[in-house]
Amino acid sequence: MGVANERSIAWGIAKACHDQGAEVAFTFQGEALEKRVRPLAGSIGAKIIEPCDVTNPASIDAVFAKLEKEWGKLDFVVHAIAFSNKDELRGRYLDTTSDNFNLTMNVSVYSFTAVSQRAVPLMKEGGSLLTLTYYGAERVIPHYNVMGVAKAALEASVRYLAADLGEQKIRVNAISAGPIKTLAFAGINDGRYILKWNELNSPLKRNVTTEEVGNAGLYLLSDLGTGVTGEVMHVDAGYHVVGMINTSSAKQIAELLGNFEGE
Amino acid sequence: MSDIAERVKKIVVEHLGVEAAQVKEEAKFIDDLGADSLDTVELVMAFEEEFGIEIPDDAAEKIQTVGDAIGFIKGNAKS
Repeated sequence: MGVANERSIAWGIAKACHDQGAEVAFTFQGEALEKRVRPLAGSIGAKIIEPCDVTNPASIDAVFAKLEKEWGKLDFVVHAIAFSNKDELRGRYLDTTSDNFNLTMNVSVYSFTAVSQRAVPLMKEGGSLLTLTYYGAERVIPHYNVMGVAKAALEASVRYLAADLGEQKIRVNAISAGPIKTLAFAGINDGRYILKWNELNSPLKRNVTTEEVGNAGLYLLSDLGTGVTGEVMHVDAGYHVVGMINTSSAKQIAELLGNFEGE
Repeated sequence: MSDIAERVKKIVVEHLGVEAAQVKEEAKFIDDLGADSLDTVELVMAFEEEFGIEIPDDAAEKIQTVGDAIGFIKGNAKS
């Protein structure tokens, strides 16, 4: 759930699973995304491509009713859905409105729980639920604002769901991916500075690809990861362990900052 | 290196699935070429990759026609 185009992280995960023989279904929200998702889904032979608006419980019900009818069971779900008003992904978190706070939390956080509620009954022999988060949940990233607060709540819900569902052999995890130039990322102000900063300062001195996140997803979704639940796994070239700028990149960092105009 | 205008037009034709003849410099992506708001973001990303440049958000908002894109890239392209 949540493929937008071929740059999407969810698409990287879908492809990695498909390459290992998984049969995958896709959901989309609205016509603009439908016209992008259908050809991609078709390219890996997906037969179930359904609309889903996670703010509408009946719409989520319909997707899982379709899956139950067609497949009878489900092994895994990937939740790659988030939304916030672009105007509040800049400036100060302090200025977040109640309406956008609630909308952001509903679409980006509660939807994972709502989807899990419908997926669990289909996971008769156990399963794996996976969502996507970002380092902005743990530390302040400029402009990430209310989305950082939402991702923190999403990570907490991963832990509570993992505890609830462990006995049913259903694992619940999140991948905290480094910045990747996706359609959603394009909505973040000064995104290119975030990308460059990670490239210069992460231990691997580069950014990650959707293929790499896809492979990590495959591990958590498949029997490779059966011992792992409640985990927030960083696939970020190691950026989350760094406490200061990389001094060997100091010159390039100075150059980057020299061009930075800020707000 | 082929002409910047030709490379821009080729990307637009491929991305939007329109006829090359429609992709005139004065053509507006949304009004004339049937692009939606996501297409405009995807086109900017495609231009950035093709020309090895960065198109800041405020500049991207001003790129509404094929000619706007060619103009910006001519002023900023490295390759």
